Amino acid sequence: MFANLSRNDWLLFLGFSLVVLISPWTLTPFGAGYPALLQKFCIFGIFALGFNILFGLTGYLSFGHAAFLGVGSYAAVWSFKLFTMNVVPSVIFGIAAAGLFAVVIGFISLRRSGIYFSILTLAFAQMSYNLAYSVLTPITNGETGLQLTLNDPRIIDNAFAAPGAGLPQTNLFGIDMSGYPGFYFCAGALIICFFLTMRIFRSPFGMMLRAIKSNQNRMRYTGFNTKPYLLTAFVISGMYAGLAGSLMAATDPLAGAERMQWTASGEVVLMTILGGVGTLVGPVLGAGVIKYFENIFSSFNEGTLHATFAFLPDGLETVAVKLAGLFVGDGWHLTLGVIFMLIVIFLPGGIMEGIARLAKLAGVKRKSSRAELSAGSAQPAE
Amino acid sequence: MSTQNMVLNVADVSKSFGGLKALSDVDLQIEEGTVHAIIGPNGAGKSTLLNVCIGRITPDTGHVIFDGEVLDSHQPHEINQLGVSRVFQTPEIFADLSLLDNVMIPAFARRDGAFRFNAIQAVSGQADIREEAEAVLRDVGLHEQRHALAGSLSRGDKRRLEMGMCLIQRPKLLLLDEPTAGMSRHDTNMTIDLLKRLKQRGMTKVIIEHDMHVVFSLADRISVLAQGRIIAEGSPEEVRADPKVKEAYLGESEQ
Repeated sequence: MFANLSRNDWLLFLGFSLVVLISPWTLTPFGAGYPALLQKFCIFGIFALGFNILFGLTGYLSFGHAAFLGVGSYAAVWSFKLFTMNVVPSVIFGIAAAGLFAVVIGFISLRRSGIYFSILTLAFAQMSYNLAYSVLTPITNGETGLQLTLNDPRIIDNAFAAPGAGLPQTNLFGIDMSGYPGFYFCAGALIICFFLTMRIFRSPFGMMLRAIKSNQNRMRYTGFNTKPYLLTAFVISGMYAGLAGSLMAATDPLAGAERMQWTASGEVVLMTILGGVGTLVGPVLGAGVIKYFENIFSSFNEGTLHATFAFLPDGLETVAVKLAGLFVGDGWHLTLGVIFMLIVIFLPGGIMEGIARLAKLAGVKRKSSRAELSAGSAQPAE
Repeated sequence: MSTQNMVLNVADVSKSFGGLKALSDVDLQIEEGTVHAIIGPNGAGKSTLLNVCIGRITPDTGHVIFDGEVLDSHQPHEINQLGVSRVFQTPEIFADLSLLDNVMIPAFARRDGAFRFNAIQAVSGQADIREEAEAVLRDVGLHEQRHALAGSLSRGDKRRLEMGMCLIQRPKLLLLDEPTAGMSRHDTNMTIDLLKRLKQRGMTKVIIEHDMHVVFSLADRISVLAQGRIIAEGSPEEVRADPKVKEAYLGESEQ
């Protein structure tokens, strides 16, 4: 399993792990160094990583991946309610439930490709969302959302210890999952997911998925049954989403239907495109950027704006606050829209393309300066 | 000709598209190890005939029997796994992948079958497949560009790449739809050389071609298709001498 990774891949993996693990310190100056937000980075990073296995490698754009996120959350909370507050079984249940769900939805949706596939997945996700609010209320607890209660059976926990007063906390074999332990649990999951994704990207399976994206017809006439390849990719990405959903529940044990809404499905598409479709690190970056800006911009209110523009004369200040007010607070989606448009127009390959261009620029500069140097040293010799 | 060494047997195949009869009662036997050319004017039904052979089109009546197996309800990938590869009229390649990847992928199809979930190994660890792919790229004269993207190739090179993608599968039957159309004289001659070398390896080939120079320098047998029917069949000399053929086709092109 660990064989066959190139040295560069190892460096990338180690670098990625390091950046994730030290993020509580490095992100503090940016106002993001607290566990609730860092957890979000990891959870949505996993969601986007998985989504990218489907969209980035095969080109099949699913607009319903939030359904798997929701299923993962519900399964995890049920695991807390019925069995134990330990997060490991809940994560396993979340992944398994989302995987099974993805088999069904994928089997049907993958009968079509292109826009029809996208519409089918969107329809399934909206169906799940509406069912969660109506018919499935006994399972999902409808609008209130699924929560822990004092009289949950919790058979495994209660077999070993008498239930204490108040609602119990989620834990990892006794370690409380609130605060930084919760973040490190999510970070560990993200690092494992990144490793698995890297393996898939470098494997013959990943190569076949890329080939399907490039020319599915040729794949068929080359002797490949493309259906099971696509379904496997779909289920894997559904399981990543299920993991992300169960981690949400692990750090905050409740699940609501709004996690399945189409806006949540759209968000993961944005994250992937913003970061760079088909790249390894891009989707995680995209997830981080979107969640960061959501957090920063939506926390601005009129008071902070007035403070920011206090240096302006009174009349101007009011205008500036009014204008900027459109882009912050509840209006932060406007900012997201602007960023997204700029990226898609000027950097179709997302943030990763931007980084690649910068690296190239730096490389050219270094080369030309070296050429100048060697030219300079050659001249005196003449 | 005995029926034992027939690789492909097209028996009484008819196919209509709306009111147009593309193929009517076509009977065609392809002998093992030969190069069999199918010629005929535009719209004679040549491409339809190849599409029937690879399962892209299901015939209205009749059967296609490959290597003793009736292909009626087979999926395209199943027909390929039985040993039929095809070079298309407009090259079907993986434009976003490198030449090396383009040739390695069909080798995986041959080794691993129609589906294998192999996410554990790395592509870079498949030394045997890589070596084979490099050898095939040398064969088709594209080894130097092996790291370039396939989409960046010229049309002639794309077609040679596609030929390499078929060759690495070592098919029992290779179908070529106008392999030299749109190629320069130089590229055409290179392709003829390549196909001649393959002939020595004993691969059975069916070739659709407009260029009579190509047909007569390669084919062992020729079938002439006109308006969905086979109007003549025989050795190149016999076909060349056939007055019906002259009238339908050759007369025009050789003036």
